[in-house]
Amino acid sequence: MLAVATLVFFMIRLVPGDPIGAMLADSGSPEAREALIRRLGLDQPLIVQFWKWFTGVLQGDFGASIYGSNQPVADILMNAIPKTLSLALLSFIIAIVIAVPAGIISATRKNSAADVGVSFFAFLGLSMPDFWLAIILIIIFAANLQWLPAIGYAPLSDGVWEWFSHLIMPAIAIGTGFSAIIARMIRSSMLEVLQADYMRTAASKGLTQNVMLLRHALPNALIPVITVIGIAFALLISGAVVVENVFSIKGLGRVLIQGIQNRDYPVVQGAVLLVSAFFVLSNLIVDLLYAVIDPRIRYS
Amino acid sequence: MSDVTLDPPPTAETVAPKRKSRFRTVFARDRKAQFGLAVLGLFILGAILAPFLSPYDPNEMTLNMMSGPSGENLLGTDDLGRDLFSRILWGTQISLFVGVATVGLALVFGVLLGVLAGYYGGWIDMIIMRYIDLQWAFPNFIIAVYLVAVFGTGLLNVIVAIALAFLDDFARIARSMVLTLKEEQFVDAARVQGFSDMRIMLRHILPNAMAPIIVQATVSVSYAILGEASLSFLGLGVSVDTPTWGLILSDGRSFISRAWWLGVFPGLAIMLVVLSINFIGDALRDALDVRETDI
Repeated sequence: MLAVATLVFFMIRLVPGDPIGAMLADSGSPEAREALIRRLGLDQPLIVQFWKWFTGVLQGDFGASIYGSNQPVADILMNAIPKTLSLALLSFIIAIVIAVPAGIISATRKNSAADVGVSFFAFLGLSMPDFWLAIILIIIFAANLQWLPAIGYAPLSDGVWEWFSHLIMPAIAIGTGFSAIIARMIRSSMLEVLQADYMRTAASKGLTQNVMLLRHALPNALIPVITVIGIAFALLISGAVVVENVFSIKGLGRVLIQGIQNRDYPVVQGAVLLVSAFFVLSNLIVDLLYAVIDPRIRYS
Repeated sequence: MSDVTLDPPPTAETVAPKRKSRFRTVFARDRKAQFGLAVLGLFILGAILAPFLSPYDPNEMTLNMMSGPSGENLLGTDDLGRDLFSRILWGTQISLFVGVATVGLALVFGVLLGVLAGYYGGWIDMIIMRYIDLQWAFPNFIIAVYLVAVFGTGLLNVIVAIALAFLDDFARIARSMVLTLKEEQFVDAARVQGFSDMRIMLRHILPNAMAPIIVQATVSVSYAILGEASLSFLGLGVSVDTPTWGLILSDGRSFISRAWWLGVFPGLAIMLVVLSINFIGDALRDALDVRETDI
């Protein structure tokens, strides 16, 4: 925990680094520049700025956007979080629903046609840029079949179908790569587990194939997979950043990229911080899950 | 003092012949790897010969706008009448160059950091690992996006940004390899012979640590190409005048309902190259006997 706390501290520390220069490069006259610098408190020493920002963030105050309406960054981020979270959750569910059966099938029927097929699709999923898959989905389901809306987001309060129909394409675009990684991991770790002595014991007890696979093999095979899921969260997040921009979903990724385009430095800062916090947090949850699944691991 | 009394430490030369035959058997059997080598070879050839093969100037605008694939324009034209095939062909240069350059950079500096940390331990290890852990808190792609946002777009910046994002992977692998290897007898033997730290690190430890590093490098090239494409797609790429695969897709995005080829072909190019590299990486993993969990 201490390590994570230190990490988060340094993470914040790194964020308010250099974008000051990048931001100023675009603003107009020297006077306007001076005024802007003073308004943002950028004339103060870096340490003072950092302290102000840091204490602000701890109280949930990320400063105000310096572009357009001067909306508080916290509000912008709060608007974006549910969108990114729904998207990430749905992508995750899609990935697991595809990956777990695919991985089990290809491990239990090693070198069968099904295994070769799964492995081929896993390679495709790994190699396909998520934004390209998104575009292909739009061409098929929005432009030609007109089944699904091509852009935007609808909150759950508009109805489940509305919400789902806006999210399903981006979620598939993000989830495919994710599921490919997990399916491959489940396959190789299942193959190892199936060789284990306790599997032979289970077979000699006369257990059925399904009980053996689901009760004995799968839980043990999942242990290494869980670690990979933690690492693969990075993929989910980067996927969300890019794919949100394809579908014009104003989630964290869209906010981040628009912030960069507008040189809206507090927004970029807040978005990067939040995205990384999400990443660190999800990895922490994975670590804790690890102990739940594997009783040999105990955190004191 | 001479080397005669000691077994020569297994350096790259002594290991090489065994590996070479293994390479040959793995690549002779593995259809996917052969496909990968062939396709990647085609793309590399296309990139080198782009000035000769490209039927049109990739930036030349014509009045023949948004026409579909035909004999005249192999893959059709975009909204400004530019030939899509020529643009994708020229884009190959950027993609492959960025992929190789970033991984080269990340590999050299990452391995350097990892070897130093692993070999010397102590405060050097602590400082380097602090940095590595710090970087771990950010997803690689977010690091690259952030660096490009701070330092601006452009070829060099994109390369440095992606390379920095990958640095920690190489450092971590190199460090863990060195930590196991430095306990080996051949390292003691080299030390007893009075070799310098530098020589031990470069000539004795590093060659034996290369297998997982090579596999990681191959995988990273594919991620770097995807990363560059994503950055250009988001408008954070090389430049708006250079046709890159990501940019071509991003430009074509608004027209896909009328011109599907603008959405399909550039992405197909990305996928084919990345797929080939992944196939080759998988075969390398087999040939070099690197477990997936080592990376």
